[in-house]
Amino acid sequence: MLSDTEHRELEEAIKHYPDKRGAAIDALLTIQRHRGWISDDSLLDIAQFLEITAEDLDSIATFYNLVFRKPVGRHVAFVCDSISCWIKGCDQVQEQIKDLYDVDLGQTTADGRLTVLPIACLGHCERAPAMMIDHDVYGEVTPDKIDVLMDKYK
Amino acid sequence: MAIIIVDNQSYPVDEKQNLLAACLGHGLNVPYFCWHPAMGSVGACRQCAVKQFKDDKDQSGRLVMSCMTPATNGTRISIDDPEAKAFRASVIEWLMVNHPHDCPVCDEGGECHLQDMTVMTGHVYRRSRFPKRTHRNQALGPFIRHEMNRCIQCYRCVRFYRDYAGGRDLNVFGAHDALYFGREQDGTLENEFSGNLVEVCPTGVFTDKTFFKHYTRKWDLQSAQSICPHCSLGCNTTVSERSGTLRRITNRFNSQVNGYFLCDRGRFGYEYVTSDHRIKRPRVRSGSDRTKPGTPEGVPKTLEFAADRLRQARGIVGIGSPRASLEANAALQALVGPQQFYQGIDESERRLLSTILNVLRTGSVPSASLHDAEQADAVLVLGPDLLNEAPRLALALLQSIRQQPMERVDELKIPQWDEAAVRNAVQNRRGPLFMAGHRQTWLHEYATDRYFAAPDDVARLGLAVAGIIGPDAPTISDIGSDVRDLAQRIAEALTHAQRPLIIAGTGSGSQATIEAAANVAWALHRQGKQTRLSFVLPEANSAGLALLGGGSLNDAFDAISEKKADTVIVLENDLYRRADRAKVDAFFDKAHTVMVLDSLEHRTTAYADVLFPAATGPESNGTFVNQEGRAQRFYQVFAQSGDIKESWRWLSDLARAISQDGESGSGVATWRNFDDAVSATAMVAPELARIREVAPSASFRLVGQKFPRQSERCSGRTSLLSHLTMHEPPPPVDQDSPMGFTMEGYRGPVPAPLIPQFWAPGWNSIQAVNTYQDEVGGPLRDEMPGVRLIEPVATNAPAWFTSIPRVFQPASRQWLLLPLSAVFGSDELSNRSPAIAERIAKPFLSLHPSDGARLNLENHSTIDLVLQGTTYSLAVHFEPSTPVGTGGLSLVPEVSGVRVPAWIDLFEAIKTERKRRAA
Amino acid sequence: MDYPLTKYIHHDGASRMLREYVKGGGYRSLQRLTAGMAPKDVQRLVGEAGLRGRGGGGFPTGAKWSFVPMGSNAPKPKYIVANGDEMEPGTFKDRILMEGDPHGLVEGMIMAGYALDAEVGYIFLRGEYHLSAQRLNQAIAEAYAAGYLGKPLPGTTFRFDLHLHSSAGRYICGEETALINALEGKRAVPRAKPPFPQTVGLWGQPTIVQNVETLYNIPHIINNGADWYRRLSRTQDGGTKMYGISGRVRNPGWWELPLGTTARELLEQHAGGMAEGVRFRGLLPGGISTAFMIEEHLDLPLDFSSFPPEVGRLGTGTMIILDDQTCPVGFVLNLEKFFARESCGWCTPCREGLPWVAKLLSALEEGRATSDDLSLLEMHTKWLAPGHTFCGLAPGAMAPLQSALKYFREDFERHITTGGCPWSKKSAQQRVLA
Repeated sequence: MLSDTEHRELEEAIKHYPDKRGAAIDALLTIQRHRGWISDDSLLDIAQFLEITAEDLDSIATFYNLVFRKPVGRHVAFVCDSISCWIKGCDQVQEQIKDLYDVDLGQTTADGRLTVLPIACLGHCERAPAMMIDHDVYGEVTPDKIDVLMDKYK
Repeated sequence: MAIIIVDNQSYPVDEKQNLLAACLGHGLNVPYFCWHPAMGSVGACRQCAVKQFKDDKDQSGRLVMSCMTPATNGTRISIDDPEAKAFRASVIEWLMVNHPHDCPVCDEGGECHLQDMTVMTGHVYRRSRFPKRTHRNQALGPFIRHEMNRCIQCYRCVRFYRDYAGGRDLNVFGAHDALYFGREQDGTLENEFSGNLVEVCPTGVFTDKTFFKHYTRKWDLQSAQSICPHCSLGCNTTVSERSGTLRRITNRFNSQVNGYFLCDRGRFGYEYVTSDHRIKRPRVRSGSDRTKPGTPEGVPKTLEFAADRLRQARGIVGIGSPRASLEANAALQALVGPQQFYQGIDESERRLLSTILNVLRTGSVPSASLHDAEQADAVLVLGPDLLNEAPRLALALLQSIRQQPMERVDELKIPQWDEAAVRNAVQNRRGPLFMAGHRQTWLHEYATDRYFAAPDDVARLGLAVAGIIGPDAPTISDIGSDVRDLAQRIAEALTHAQRPLIIAGTGSGSQATIEAAANVAWALHRQGKQTRLSFVLPEANSAGLALLGGGSLNDAFDAISEKKADTVIVLENDLYRRADRAKVDAFFDKAHTVMVLDSLEHRTTAYADVLFPAATGPESNGTFVNQEGRAQRFYQVFAQSGDIKESWRWLSDLARAISQDGESGSGVATWRNFDDAVSATAMVAPELARIREVAPSASFRLVGQKFPRQSERCSGRTSLLSHLTMHEPPPPVDQDSPMGFTMEGYRGPVPAPLIPQFWAPGWNSIQAVNTYQDEVGGPLRDEMPGVRLIEPVATNAPAWFTSIPRVFQPASRQWLLLPLSAVFGSDELSNRSPAIAERIAKPFLSLHPSDGARLNLENHSTIDLVLQGTTYSLAVHFEPSTPVGTGGLSLVPEVSGVRVPAWIDLFEAIKTERKRRAA
Repeated sequence: MDYPLTKYIHHDGASRMLREYVKGGGYRSLQRLTAGMAPKDVQRLVGEAGLRGRGGGGFPTGAKWSFVPMGSNAPKPKYIVANGDEMEPGTFKDRILMEGDPHGLVEGMIMAGYALDAEVGYIFLRGEYHLSAQRLNQAIAEAYAAGYLGKPLPGTTFRFDLHLHSSAGRYICGEETALINALEGKRAVPRAKPPFPQTVGLWGQPTIVQNVETLYNIPHIINNGADWYRRLSRTQDGGTKMYGISGRVRNPGWWELPLGTTARELLEQHAGGMAEGVRFRGLLPGGISTAFMIEEHLDLPLDFSSFPPEVGRLGTGTMIILDDQTCPVGFVLNLEKFFARESCGWCTPCREGLPWVAKLLSALEEGRATSDDLSLLEMHTKWLAPGHTFCGLAPGAMAPLQSALKYFREDFERHITTGGCPWSKKSAQQRVLA
């Protein structure tokens, strides 16, 4: 079931498109913002709202990188692994995260605090290596800065 | 007409084609996967690359995808170009990176398009040494098996299932090289055309689950043409058998009828042939106590017994059947005499059929083939529930709604085969499709407008439309403004179309809707439109039976009760499906002798004093006339086992048995083979004369040879019975057709009805159909697509139907119960197939919610309902589309004896209601 | 020198919203409409200015617009879409503009919409650009409140509506027809061309998809004229260009410079040369689907007309530097892994070929490759060519690989002969253990 707030936000989203289906991605991202990820139940809620089938919506949901069809932690750290960041040592950033939080790419920490995912170029190449935690982007992330950075995300 | 140059040779081609289709049409082998003649080009697989040159000076050229390149005049290409060949081999190599190569255990093996294309490109050695990806398979229900690891991502399945067939519960998930084609979760594929995935998939991802249960390689199958017996459309099928067991049904291309696709009832309904309830031996009951079962008896004694009874009979009533062949019905008619032959359908159905025949015979508008229906650019449906009564016609309408948007496609100069571009240009635009009836299905989502009403009101809508289009056509004055507006919109859409199609049928039992459809079509015809009419009929040979003539079942009942006769012969008919139980009981009780010919046990066979084991369609030769009036031949696929024989042969034997004392015999007694049966049947009515032209006669030969039903590679023939005998028994002799039950015979091009399976060198899959066509997607060479027996007299301006039904008025206590046909459940034969049986829904009564409230019922509760003397347990469905004052009764096996439409006092008839678990 | 696109952008990252934008001359181009400037005048001006698409293709904008059906019989509505799906690795120029000066995009879209009589606009923004989204949303709201959007423009009957669409991340969305599918709420699989979006685009209607940077130029062309615009450039293509550098250089960053600035000038003057202790080996001039340039190409003007065919194309103009401490095979492996992951999965060569390429490069890096593998790589560079694949993704992926095999061949071979990556300490250990 969509909450009132979710319903209101989806109503707002579909106004931007000539047909409801056009808002499919907006709707997925909106519900994900509220619920953290898109469960099968969430998928059905959204599909019903958009008047499309679960197959239709999941075909879209599974195509895009930023729609999570599996649960994630309270925070998601996206480590840019594209070329500029690779040159500047994103591998070491990943390894440092693994050492600090015992979590590999694609995994969530045991306490549910953090999910670490690779991400395509974040467009902050002049400040490589870059990473994004939730919606905040950080540049020139050297391994020694990570624990301080992560303090904000409990 | 254009000329293209392929490897320095000129070929004349239709410039409206793409290069791939043009090349295939000339027998030039270009491999492909994603393209399909009925689904166009999308350029995904890149398998059909050829080298294109700008002109004769261009030596380097460039690779193009032939499916995405128009065959314009002067186009110069090379298929044999080394670079093009190498690229095509590389495409296979890429596809094989993840393909499991499990051909020996794959059901597709031996008829796999991927195997064919691999061989065609010459790719041999695997160079990728990295691990293959794997997938989990899904349980997709009783029809389809799923093996995703084999997938080569051609996207054909989703394009067929979603774009072509309107299915919604199959899709593609994921991206890059991690794609998954399936459902969101495990579960039965719901679309009525899901079985086509088996043929659409170029490899073994989607395979036939029923076939799997008695699997045989294609090369070991013995096959022949058949006509689907499960509805009135007459789709062509290839029926296949090995060692006495029917194995499967595949689509048989007929350009005028079913084209490339079948419905699931037609594809998976065949297992009634191997049912445990088959009647395999004659049975005789010599006493008069019908509570005692008959005892099995040998053929000579049975015939003797039956002949004796018939000789002593004081009048014989012959009851024919709309599911039996023309020849079987004609044999019975000949045996008992035309005056004593009855159609075996109830009076109202007989009247509807005779009205339809009249409309087609004397009217100005011809009936539509399924091909015509696909080409229609505006459609009005008055009554029938196409998805459930005539599914393949519903599939045709899903294509017809693309006709009008194609005008925009033409304006944009997008070729119609360029499906990738067409879909982007068309988007959600749909041509006019108006659907009026008493039940909503998913097909209505494609309708421009829908109208749910009782049959009389549906007819009134039609008459209103006719009145608007034809100024002198009868019109309706007392009509609500919303219906008038709707009629106006429909009339406008139809008059703006070039090829309008009006569809009605017998399903709702309404004479008025048929007359209304005729008026609309005739009014359009007067406007110079190329109009077509289509009537959905109850059964596979309803039209053929109507052409033979004869009274109704009620007349037969009267003949017995008035003591004009005391003996009954029932041909392939369960009378309990056609009349009230009490009436049938009384009929049989009054009859001194009841003889029944049928293939499966049912309530009527239990009454038989003499029971003859009849052959099913795949075991018989015969002719069906479909709802279009097209006569089509079906052939025996394998020799019947034991005492089983075609009904017409039993009747002929019986006639000989009667006359054996002295007389040389006449009429049906002289029938010695199927050609005799056809010739005699052709004499019965002038319109039947042409059934002789439907297919080659038994004497037809090429180079003095018969035509084999088995493939060249049929294996193990000599050892099939090696556990019983060291000798290879001679194959059965077929006196009835030009075909033999062997591997030997003529192997060149043959008239289409004699093609055992589609197969050509290098083309082992069903895609071999291409090689049987001059133009890909067009008619087969030597097609013989059946013979249309009824054509209108074009100059005839028919008199309008003038009777106008009154507005439907809900009654205070009575409800008009209307039939709800079920694609899985309403057909007598396919219901007996296990896979279909699994899909049959529980019986239900559908009511408008306001009526449900009036009856104090709860949605989803279960009721005991007394109908025509029998109590039925039914689920209650509240359905807003059910017209107020009516109820919809699902016609599934449990309620197959109920006669609807009928007015029923539901307050009285509903005995108990069990709520859905009051929590 | 004039730097029209960025001269007002705050270098501390602060936002620049409506009041400040108008103060600096923002929305001035709209006043030309009251003076009677017709849509065809805007089109002509843009054509004369020599503006070329800044997304990487460099297609002349005026020519692109000329295919849009105009006049009273033209289909309605028409759409204008800003392509802000900046996912080309190494590229960050559009973000700088959108974060720094969001109203510039709004104004550019209004004027492009006016020129094409396209009354609805979408900004297609990559999902990760949260700050851009926030500022663009604010700018759109301000523009509605100020009457630039949603009301007839002064002196005309033309009314423009603008929507922001945040995507859910897929590199292929940058391809204009895939972007259109994404905007329609579908899988972002590219569409067949023809028909081109100019005639059959978003929801089947005429549509122009234009890179963000391109749109920023339009108000300035209208305000200052075609001649002024052409004079900004050093070559035959008009205007300035957002250039950028990432990699091991002293000062990575971005600069708006005249079109035709050379790579050497960018690298040496603006980026301050290579970082301490590393030496230049090559560069990708504009994102990862461009071919390597080496020392001998550094003096080529970076524009859309000056590259000889063997050098390829400029791309986005944001270059990535390969230094001598970085393994070229590892570098290309990183790129090909990206491309393999971002293939949409529609056509066979891309879907199946790119992962194979990536696995081959991995094998090279790990010392498990043979010389046959180099032939397989070369086979892919030959087959994954324009026209062989459904769209440009796979051919783009082959540009760096093919040029790397040309310029750094001995490095590839060394991976085979020494059984590992000469740049990797790890692989030396592995060799010992093996």
